Amino acid sequence: MPSPAISCRGLVKRYKDVVAVAGLDLEVRAGECFGLLGPNGAGKTTTVEILEGLLQPDEGTVEILGMRWATHERAIRERIGVQLQETKLADKLTVAEIVRLFRSFYRRGREVEEVLEIVQLTEKRRAWVSKLSGGQRQRLAIACALVSDPDILFLDEPTTGLDPQSRRQLWDVVAAFRARGGSVVLTTHYMDEAERLCDRVAVVDHGRTIAFGTPKELIASLGAEHVIEFALADGQAPPEAALRALPGVHEVRLDAGRTSLSVEELHSSLPAVIDELERHGLGMTELVTHHATLEDLFLHLTGRHLRDA
Amino acid sequence: MIGARHPLVQLTLARFREFARQPETVFWVFAFPLLLAIALGIAFRNRPPDRVRIAIQAGAGADSLAARLAGARDLRVAVLDPAAAAAQLRTGRVALVVVPGDPVVYRFDSTRTESHLARLVTDDELQRAYGRRDPQAIREVKITEKGARYIDFLLPGLLGMNLMGTGLWGVGFAVVSMRVRKLLKRLLASPMRRSHLLLSFALARLATVVLEVAVLVAFGMAVFGVPLRGSVVSLAIVALLGALTFSGIGLLVASRAQTEEGVSGLMNVVMLPMYVLSGSFFSSSNFPDLMQPFIKALPLTALNDALRAVMLDGSSLAALGLPLAILAAWMVVSFAVALRIFRWL
Repeated sequence: MPSPAISCRGLVKRYKDVVAVAGLDLEVRAGECFGLLGPNGAGKTTTVEILEGLLQPDEGTVEILGMRWATHERAIRERIGVQLQETKLADKLTVAEIVRLFRSFYRRGREVEEVLEIVQLTEKRRAWVSKLSGGQRQRLAIACALVSDPDILFLDEPTTGLDPQSRRQLWDVVAAFRARGGSVVLTTHYMDEAERLCDRVAVVDHGRTIAFGTPKELIASLGAEHVIEFALADGQAPPEAALRALPGVHEVRLDAGRTSLSVEELHSSLPAVIDELERHGLGMTELVTHHATLEDLFLHLTGRHLRDA
Repeated sequence: MIGARHPLVQLTLARFREFARQPETVFWVFAFPLLLAIALGIAFRNRPPDRVRIAIQAGAGADSLAARLAGARDLRVAVLDPAAAAAQLRTGRVALVVVPGDPVVYRFDSTRTESHLARLVTDDELQRAYGRRDPQAIREVKITEKGARYIDFLLPGLLGMNLMGTGLWGVGFAVVSMRVRKLLKRLLASPMRRSHLLLSFALARLATVVLEVAVLVAFGMAVFGVPLRGSVVSLAIVALLGALTFSGIGLLVASRAQTEEGVSGLMNVVMLPMYVLSGSFFSSSNFPDLMQPFIKALPLTALNDALRAVMLDGSSLAALGLPLAILAAWMVVSFAVALRIFRWL
């Protein structure tokens, strides 16, 4: 097996009285896209910035491409590409000028025009940053990260606040980078993004990994791959115990007037649920079914939704 | 070899472009000092002094005094009743009141320059009118010397002030703005050398300084005939040293500031005393002797002194050891401290 792109053991980072990262172990394989998933404040950004050598961990070790930050800082920097959350590039410089500036920091790398082509900003090459849309700025930030032709690309919530089309464009850029054999570390609190882009995911909460695996494995670990959600007329209470006793139902959850059930098989459980509600004389006002997602996993693990956690 | 792709070149270009593409900074750096020079040059242009206004208090003998002073070229005389004369003296509309009698009485405020002058002129005219003869013949030669006018004093001062302002704002504000935008952090995540970034600030300043100095000096020479008696090389070296010194101070002020408002306040704290004390608009010798060593140690005082010496006295650099040493000391200390305490993230 090839050596890992990143491995870190026992990372701890404290800020005054808050523990941002509480003993994290990670291993990112060469060529994979690794997702750090979790709500805001879970410690994702702190973890990524430790991996990027911008923050010093209080405890633990980090190896990037087999090298340590303390001894090989410049060599590591030459080989990673970084996009930070909330960086605002200089307003009055043009797209091409900024990418050229970043290119100048690296010994080897790709041509400015080539990178602009990849992130689809060729037409905007003479535009000032202040004139770009949110999605274009984010693609410019990624162009700055790609211009060194890195082995590892770090993306910290790259699509937060972007419209669906911009998100999809960004995903294409990530896919193209991976097609060249690059490794990606991605943080996000969008489940669909993680399921779509990531080979493996670590779900993080309060600075700890609470689940780890491929998105498929993680969802399968719920033991119930389907979710039935319904609401009852007039806010009536569902017969929780009776529902839980139905065959194939793993979990019953009440949340803001809605009931959600994790079930193994839709075709057997759904009729049973409807029968049961009828037996209690309860009328459904809404019914939704969907495949279980990482969102359901997070809910299962923490009892909280990702977005409002 | 440093080519166009060298990071230092790219960083300096970025700084320079950001500066040049900001119309407001271009105004403050180039247009503002010119407008100030024009306004002050016109307000304080050289012209014959106004005639001194005095009053004669009405009463016995007032008319004969008025007749004796009627021919005085430097005086404007009015005869006023005692109450009006006292009121006008109090409000400064006349500089002195002559009360007829024996002896003749001069009423005036001896701490006012104008009143002091009025006393000398009035007394001279009056004594001559009563028949005094000068024992020594005097011949007057009137001249106007370029280099001794207010505008000549002012222009190097404006230049110094401008070098201070653009150095502090140009470097200090830009650094803090990069920190606020997390751009410093992003640069740190690349293999960029930190020294290159700091050097690029200094280099971009040098490029603007050359323009800044050339515009203001050329303007002064063309419009007001302000002399440049020293060599252009000396002027350039003094200006560059001044610009680097204030870039260093700007870096120091910005080294830990976390907000743009915070750094603005700090800069004003640093600059205001020097605006007042360092002799940009009026000579710092007006301040008490006790303060002089402190004033002389300020970097803007040193820069203004050196610029005036080069432009007005034609001094060589060798003669400017003290002010240049003061500037160099400020530069070295502020850069060294700034680097030590600089906050990158």
